[in-house]
Amino acid sequence: MSTLEVRNLVKDFTIRKGLRRTRLRAVNDVSFTLEPGRTIAVVGESGSGKSTVARMIAQLETPTSGEILLDGTPSATRGRGLDAYRHDVQMVFQDPFASLNPFHTVGHHLERPLRLHEVARGREALDARIHELLERVNLTPAPVFAAKQPHEMSGGQRQRVAIARALAPGARFLVADEPVSMLDVSIRLGVLNLLARLQREENLGVLYITHDLATARHFSDEILVMFRGNVVERGPSDQVILDPQHEYTKLLLSAAPEPANHGRLREEVRRELAAAGAGEPADRDRFGTRGL
Amino acid sequence: MADDTREAELVTPAADAAPAATVVVDGIAPPDTTPGVVPDVPPGQDQGVPPVPARRGLRALLPRRSGKLTAGIVLVVAILLFTFVAPFFTQDPRSTANERFLPPSAEHLLGTNHIGNDIFAQVAYGGQGSLMVGLVAGAIALVLSIVFGIVAGYRGRFTDEALSLVTNIMLVIPGLPLIIVISAYLQTRSLLVVAVILGLTAWPGAAIVLRMQAKSLRSRDYVSAARVAGERTPRIILVEIFPNLLPLLTAQFLGAVLLAILAEAGLSFLGLGPSGSITWGTILNQASANNALSLGLWWWFVPPGLLIALFGCGLALVNFSLDEIINPRLRLGPAAVKSVRKARKAGVGAGDDPKETVAA
Repeated sequence: MSTLEVRNLVKDFTIRKGLRRTRLRAVNDVSFTLEPGRTIAVVGESGSGKSTVARMIAQLETPTSGEILLDGTPSATRGRGLDAYRHDVQMVFQDPFASLNPFHTVGHHLERPLRLHEVARGREALDARIHELLERVNLTPAPVFAAKQPHEMSGGQRQRVAIARALAPGARFLVADEPVSMLDVSIRLGVLNLLARLQREENLGVLYITHDLATARHFSDEILVMFRGNVVERGPSDQVILDPQHEYTKLLLSAAPEPANHGRLREEVRRELAAAGAGEPADRDRFGTRGL
Repeated sequence: MADDTREAELVTPAADAAPAATVVVDGIAPPDTTPGVVPDVPPGQDQGVPPVPARRGLRALLPRRSGKLTAGIVLVVAILLFTFVAPFFTQDPRSTANERFLPPSAEHLLGTNHIGNDIFAQVAYGGQGSLMVGLVAGAIALVLSIVFGIVAGYRGRFTDEALSLVTNIMLVIPGLPLIIVISAYLQTRSLLVVAVILGLTAWPGAAIVLRMQAKSLRSRDYVSAARVAGERTPRIILVEIFPNLLPLLTAQFLGAVLLAILAEAGLSFLGLGPSGSITWGTILNQASANNALSLGLWWWFVPPGLLIALFGCGLALVNFSLDEIINPRLRLGPAAVKSVRKARKAGVGAGDDPKETVAA
């Protein structure tokens, strides 16, 4: 059974402020196991450490402690071992306007991973594979799109190129770091459906990083809720959404734009302001995480 | 073998995808699209790309035609042609067979100097020397600024600290005095030696700009994406980062060439230039040493001085139009100012009548 397992992952960042150095624990003791064909969603607000988890799995950051195990063996951090790891684990970035080099064509972006991972050799084989990848992400006619520059395409098209690039090495695990948050609302569902279809076709294990609980529920089997680097709640997605245990998850849910909740947040803020105005310090430590 | 199996998996996506069509995603049944394809994106909505006549690859980096660019290129090309073609039609610039101090005439277009050299021949020939110094110094400065700038910016950490230290030391060493000291120390100086000295002192400013640019580019997602794809560092620098710095590098190279030509002229004027060679600077040096100015021998010092100024002007103009690629706001700036002025004249500007608003 092939798995991608993350065990007790910790990441500290050193913040230099003048001569003083402080340490910020961005990720604190995160563990989970990703299996083929399954999706784990990591949900949390900005700065909760969810993107750092993604970058550590993609080997763009080195964990302070903890390990990343692919099929039970710790992943290499350099050399051939790292190449082999990257053959299996790929990443889709958040911003499709930044993740494609404005200088190169779409064809170049797909050709490099194909060459590096020796999926195809020779001009004709490469072109055939590039066109096939583009067709799989519904960018047709493929030869036209292969010759395009990133700036000639819309955000949705770029993100699909980025997905095709992540699939190019023949990856088994995909880390999708907020893949639709920078896209137009009208095409988000399309890109997510595309991801879901590719996942079914290739039996991919997907780590879906998002701040959107609704899509997390729809597209994942398990949800991890992160708050300030800690996993505060985890479980099957329906259970987390329908029966939230942790205060923070409840707040996230209530912050989601739902007609029933209309005006609730506003009332809450007004109450807090009124309390602050009355000289009564508002309780800012609702989740018991102040000491972290 | 591994490749073959993967290919076999990938070659038949249609067969795998067929059952997928029956899966209804999000309760929305796939509409009348071809079976086997989940409607990821409604056709026609996202596919329509405006048919902009886009400029591709290297062409996108070329400056658009403008008055500045045309004037700059005409100046530079004309002077280049002059220095490389004219020597074929003139006499030997070192020939002393002519009369001394001849004013311009049909035979000697720019007259002769104190030992009877034909000045037209000297100016044409000397241009080659000046340009050679400029190009060699510019190339050396370019390579050094790339190594100390881009590599430092991309690698970060210890490499960055070490390379930045060298850059900063070179930056605060005053350039011209250092060049004068080195030149005075060397008894015989060939053109190449002068060029190398100028190149070795001209790079730190450019390196600092490149380092900041590389630092900003390396945190871009596409560089991370290249790393995730498995690209090696040298290739990331050369293929992913370098092309995005090309306009900046070109501008810096032209700037370095220009500075080197001016510095060489300055050194030669001080008598510290290449010994035994002819450059525009050495002609000026001879002219001043022989009191050309007080004797009114304008044909001796005006042509080389003018050529230095015009060539510098040409390079600077080309550089300005390159600047507009690096910073497109520069291109829009004059038009914006014009439109504001127009609006003000028409009385529709927002800030054109502060007094009236106060009065009201």
